[in-house]
Amino acid sequence: MYRYDQYDKAMVDARVAEFRDQARRRLEGKLTEDQFKPLRLMNGLYLQLHAYMLRVAIPYGTIDARQMEMLADIADKYDRGYGHFTTRQNIQYNWIKLEDTADALADLATVEMHAIQTSGNCIRNISADHFAGAAADEVVDPRPYAELMRQWSSFHPEFTYLPRKFKIAVIASEKDRAAMRLHDIGVRIVKRDGEVGAEFYAGGGMGRTPMIAPLIRDFVPIDQMITYAEACLRVYNRYGRRDNKYKARIKILVHELGAAEYIRQVEEEFAHMLSVGVEPPREELARIAEYFAPPAFVDGPKTVDRSDPDFALWVDRNTHRHKHDAYVSAVISLKPAGGIPGDATSEQMRLVARLAREYSFDELRVMHTQNLLLPHVRIADLPAVWQALDEAGLGSPNMDTIEDIIACPGLDYCSLANARSIPLAQRISERFAETGRTEVVGELKLKISGCINACGHHHAGHIGILGVDKKGTENYQLSLGGSEAEDVSLAKITGPGFDEDGVIAAVEKVTDVYLAARSDGERFLDTYRRIGMEPFKEALYG
Amino acid sequence: MKILTGNDLRTGAVTWWNGTGWSLFVDDAVDVGEDAEEILAREEAARRVNVPYAIEATIDAAGHVRPAHIKDRVRALGPTVRRDLAVPTANKTGWDWVI
Amino acid sequence: MTTNLGTSPDEVQFRFRDDEPVDHATVTVDSCCDQTNATAVRIEPGDDTRVLLPFLDRLALVEVNFPAFGDGRGYSSARILREAGFTGELRAVGAVLIDQLSHMRRCGFDSFAPDKRLDEEDALRAFATWENVYQRAADARRTIADKRHEA
Ligand code: HEM
Ligand code: SF4
Repeated sequence: MYRYDQYDKAMVDARVAEFRDQARRRLEGKLTEDQFKPLRLMNGLYLQLHAYMLRVAIPYGTIDARQMEMLADIADKYDRGYGHFTTRQNIQYNWIKLEDTADALADLATVEMHAIQTSGNCIRNISADHFAGAAADEVVDPRPYAELMRQWSSFHPEFTYLPRKFKIAVIASEKDRAAMRLHDIGVRIVKRDGEVGAEFYAGGGMGRTPMIAPLIRDFVPIDQMITYAEACLRVYNRYGRRDNKYKARIKILVHELGAAEYIRQVEEEFAHMLSVGVEPPREELARIAEYFAPPAFVDGPKTVDRSDPDFALWVDRNTHRHKHDAYVSAVISLKPAGGIPGDATSEQMRLVARLAREYSFDELRVMHTQNLLLPHVRIADLPAVWQALDEAGLGSPNMDTIEDIIACPGLDYCSLANARSIPLAQRISERFAETGRTEVVGELKLKISGCINACGHHHAGHIGILGVDKKGTENYQLSLGGSEAEDVSLAKITGPGFDEDGVIAAVEKVTDVYLAARSDGERFLDTYRRIGMEPFKEALYG
Repeated sequence: MKILTGNDLRTGAVTWWNGTGWSLFVDDAVDVGEDAEEILAREEAARRVNVPYAIEATIDAAGHVRPAHIKDRVRALGPTVRRDLAVPTANKTGWDWVI
Repeated sequence: MTTNLGTSPDEVQFRFRDDEPVDHATVTVDSCCDQTNATAVRIEPGDDTRVLLPFLDRLALVEVNFPAFGDGRGYSSARILREAGFTGELRAVGAVLIDQLSHMRRCGFDSFAPDKRLDEEDALRAFATWENVYQRAADARRTIADKRHEA
């Protein structure tokens, strides 16, 4: 895993000092809230419904045990004993005080963590495939490329006041486990004739106008990747719309110009940038990559004793194929039936940290599905891992099932919300767990957002739910057929919305339609794509 | 009636204008009538509150101040999914009050 | 015709140049392209800075206006001018605040005329915030990666 050297450390320390000074100036009245807001946002500090909220970056979702323990300590010391792991592979604390924030950031800095670029109209924390470095199907580990981009994008002098926020995801396999094409820029590291390069997609996003990013270049030589990204950003910074914040994301620019014209402008800028020379020295990538060298895997058993059916189910559901055949990646579900998706207590964080130390080469991942992951677990250690997780309420065998719901904070925490998201997730997961239908239904990705900003990825849900405001009461729109994966698609709205009870009943009805119509091996999404919207509409409104 | 609410600048806590200062309890909120703008400007300038705003509210049957919008009722009590963390509300009618 | 819309030298609060401050009337980008004798020009966020590139030789001052601090187009304008070899005074004017100073400096600005004067001490601290930098930019500072790999 990447380690800070004295430079990285100094950068983060300087940032903490800078923020401490900014917070002081705000408290002394030298900065108005209007002036302070973008500054605190650039340090991950929002003002939410109940309090300030601090969003801490977890670059490309990778952290170690010591860092996870610090996250637990922050939760206890400055918050209320818990945190929320998000679809952006970050963690959010809901009850931070402005007067404590610089101290919390200073504590984070001691373990090479920060809240930089978790908000504001800058290049945000870079996300990546959560199985990076472990997945059997990856071309290379995408994280060194993500780290190179992290450094390039940190405090970028030209791109700190972009028209709107800018999210980049990096993957390195055919399978897309990072919703790459729903990012402002999606990068897929590829190999062509043995040469490593980057495939670039631009102009994806969710929010009120969801769009799938078109391919803008199929191969950027790896020693020009930063230069190319810089060109993409410069064109966006100069020509992205600034007259309307709802049209300011790069997806609108790419859409309005047309991909071909955007590409033309980027290529022109790229040619110019190559002559300016902004690429980091080539040795830098090599230096970073050394930190991501695979750990010392050892051979061992490749199968488990399946005599305990609960354990066997968990292994089937929550483990993922590893590069090394004596290992798997094990998903730690933060989705207990009836629980709050993505929330973890400080105790749970400490337990997970201990498991990482004992069983996963001191490494953990935050998944965009609001779960955690032990990337490298020996198959022989799975029983012990499962037992510890199960005892702590972290052993739900529900990865990618209807209980593995993504839900944004919604009206329980978020000041932008129209409706609550979490209670829906709680009731739906509880109901499917009780009736035993979770397993019958199989893979089904349900995603809930409390407003059109789509933080809960509802556009990309096999089933999506969007909270809307209907004359001051909560109402929910149902949509079907989305996917964030390599078969990316945007969900379509079924029709008129429902109240809370109604939408829960509606979810059951659409799963009924699926179960009645599915043919062998079809997931919900496959059946939907085959039979179309009509049978579902009929069941819901007929 | 018209009441004022905002967040404490230092702590972020949700607060309500009680006529002389800012209270943590929605029941302390008072009707400000025509004075909203003036109080908001003065209090924000003095940094006794952050991003305050005026909202409509009623006094409900049990005598409690009830903000008109669900968002402000959630703010008054706390997240409905973490009732253990609620603002102390001995005199509240319960969580149904929010919805 | 010359429109006098620029800032005067006494409005400049910080300047990192040794030459005499320019005191020419400043014209818009459009009129600059039409007038062969204009030596100072003011860029608005919506202007295409690149139309100025043929005239850089005769320009002593380019002002880049920031009507709102959140509109970051001026940062690109500045870098584009420096990348094209502009060596004259590059002045940031308008909503120039403490916390933008160090980034502006990196993009090539070497004089600053904020519409509200800044606290001197806070500003000097802000200019010095970043001892090291990650990216190559217009200031030609050696980056962290450069330092890591120097022989
Ligand atoms: C509670 C405070 C939050 C606020 C105020 C907030 C605000 C926003 C806004 C305004 C957007 C729309 C951006 C746009 O379309 O231009 C957005 C999108 C998004 N947010 Fe949040 N968000 C919050 C929490 C979260 C959380 C908890 C997550 C992760 C679970 C998250 C992940 C995302 C994602 C993935 C998007 C969609 C990205 C896209 O638009 O392309 N946000 N958020
Ligand atoms: S989708 Fe809306 S309600 Fe949910 S977290 Fe994002 S902004 Fe808040």
